[in-house]
Amino acid sequence: MSNLQPWIEKNTYHHSEFWDLRKLVETKEEKNLTISLCLPTLNEEKTIGKEIIIFRSELMERYPLIDEIAVIDSGSDDNTLEVAKNFGADTYLASEILPDLEEKKGKGENLWKAIYQLKGDIIVYVDADISNIHPRFVYGLVGPLIYRDEVKYVKGFYDRPLAFSGGVRASGGGRVTEILVRPLFSLFFPDLTAMIQPLSGEYAVRREVLEQIAFPIGYGVETSHLIDVYHKYGLEAFAQTDLDKRVHENKPTIDLGKMSFGILQTFIKRAKALDVFDSTEHKTILRQFQATQEKYEQNLIEIIEEERPPMIEIEEYRKKFKK
Amino acid sequence: MKDITSLKSYLPELETQLKKYRELLLANLVMIGEIPAPTFNEERRIEFILNRFDEAGLTDSSIDDSGNGVGILTGKADKDERRAILVNAHADTIFSAKTDHTMEISSDSITGPGVADNSLGLAALATLPYILEELEIEFNNNLILLAGVKSLGRGNLEGIKFFLENSPFDIQSAICLEGIQLGRLSYSSIGMFRGEITCQVPEGYDWSRFGDASAILTLVEVINKINDMRLPRRPRTSIRMGQISGGTAINTIARDATLGFEVRSESQKVVEQAAETIQDIVMEVSSRTGDQVELDIFSKRTPGGIPYAHPLTGCARNVMESLDLEPRLSPSISELSALIDKNIPALTLGVTVGERAFKTNETIQIEPIFKGLAQIIGTLIAVDGGHCE
Repeated sequence: MSNLQPWIEKNTYHHSEFWDLRKLVETKEEKNLTISLCLPTLNEEKTIGKEIIIFRSELMERYPLIDEIAVIDSGSDDNTLEVAKNFGADTYLASEILPDLEEKKGKGENLWKAIYQLKGDIIVYVDADISNIHPRFVYGLVGPLIYRDEVKYVKGFYDRPLAFSGGVRASGGGRVTEILVRPLFSLFFPDLTAMIQPLSGEYAVRREVLEQIAFPIGYGVETSHLIDVYHKYGLEAFAQTDLDKRVHENKPTIDLGKMSFGILQTFIKRAKALDVFDSTEHKTILRQFQATQEKYEQNLIEIIEEERPPMIEIEEYRKKFKK
Repeated sequence: MKDITSLKSYLPELETQLKKYRELLLANLVMIGEIPAPTFNEERRIEFILNRFDEAGLTDSSIDDSGNGVGILTGKADKDERRAILVNAHADTIFSAKTDHTMEISSDSITGPGVADNSLGLAALATLPYILEELEIEFNNNLILLAGVKSLGRGNLEGIKFFLENSPFDIQSAICLEGIQLGRLSYSSIGMFRGEITCQVPEGYDWSRFGDASAILTLVEVINKINDMRLPRRPRTSIRMGQISGGTAINTIARDATLGFEVRSESQKVVEQAAETIQDIVMEVSSRTGDQVELDIFSKRTPGGIPYAHPLTGCARNVMESLDLEPRLSPSISELSALIDKNIPALTLGVTVGERAFKTNETIQIEPIFKGLAQIIGTLIAVDGGHCE
């Protein structure tokens, strides 16, 4: 798909399109769907309580949109699990789920084990470090899955700056997305550049898809999901929702280096397996995003890295320097 | 609930039942608390509260011309017999919109700017209709829920005053909700005036003169004179000089300086005398220094209220005692005084215990909230049952 604009327009939502929770719950019940919310944690005592209170109150008690809230913890040494339990979440230690398997540590492990532990037809993953938590983080993601049967994987993205004077603005993901993942996707999987924030930690996925894909345990889990789901089901399986602003602690560049290294390993493994290094002609168009107030558009920039040969191969050079 | 004795025996059970609504109330608290609402800019909070009223089926809820959020829970008595009970919580906070309003929740407490004053009071107000419906508690009279704007500081209770001036309701009693402290029982208002004194070095001042002019020095003179004022011990009177600002840089002459202060007294006469004395001080210092010194009084309260022996206070004390709460009597200068001015018997009650009020790390305890809510609902049931007149 060289022109991704129709896909973007059809499959990019804003959470406010799903504000009518009553209707959302009705449709969910008509379709007989169950939804589980998974919060992977590691030392998140400062933010976990608030997330659980908000989701339980708004999306379980007032509007029964989600059927269970589970915290899956990698072994926090603060009070994460105690706080979570106190506010009524089901809490699990990742190591206690499927205990006979060799133990691995990482966020991906928690996400993977959630498939075994949780019951829902849809699993929503929300990072536990969001300080401005709001019910939209969940209903914005499950909305497209509830209303459209063909959608299988919904990814969250964050945009909409608080003060914006109009016109066109650059848009897109964080530093690792723009420096590493978007250029890689532009080269090898151009369709996947339609995802505005491929690395966001908030997504909702149907069980039938989750059980079919492998999970890197560390940093590569989001990247590998996109490649694998795309490979198996095509771009039509995806949708994405603008969840507005997300406030969390920013990581220092040195940590982003580690993250990039993990992502790159995952990427190379997948790219080799799918034979994309050899079989496709590498694209020279970088696909970035720009946004107007309401609309997201891809910005296609041709970047051709032309080369000159070593000077020694140039006849004039050899003559001049008598070589 | 026919009599006060059966109400008293019901309240401990009510306290336990209310624990079911913990997440609901705390979610409202967090969502309300994270919407900044400095005085005069409370619109977004009021919209949120109105949404909650709408969702709870309060069909007559609306925002009045002053910006207050008003919800009405219609009573079950015949239309002609229904009066109104007002439950009020002010919606504004002392924090500017630039303050980080993130709320932090631990197992037993919540911390964040304005969480006690008065996001919790507002959250209780917003959650009340839902809780009453769930517990099938119905009132004979109309319950008017008021999220009042422009209450603090220069707001000078403008919101509730507007509401009382213009509302069509026949209000028989009122209860004001404040986040902290649980156990407070305010039924009277003390006399108060609040103002600012501003000193300015005049424009045409000769700046070549070395260092002998400063608005700060002039203000210090005013402060010293206020400090020397003789105040009576009885009736109890105090002056609080709570805020000061002035100057622009260490090495420049301060062109202006401002003092924020408040005078409180049990006697209106003393309050008036103090106002006159401060006015005299301002004029004297102004004429002597040649600086422009001005007094701006933007907020006034007159003392008053119901007597300690009033049945409404008696009801509240009974309710509190049945919940093992020791009533702490203290006068108030908040919305209570606007109600007192209108001769409406009124009380201010606290919802929970907390600390570091008015700081960005203001904290409230979660567990006592249920006792606080039981106390509020218990008092409302008593008022509605006609036990407090």
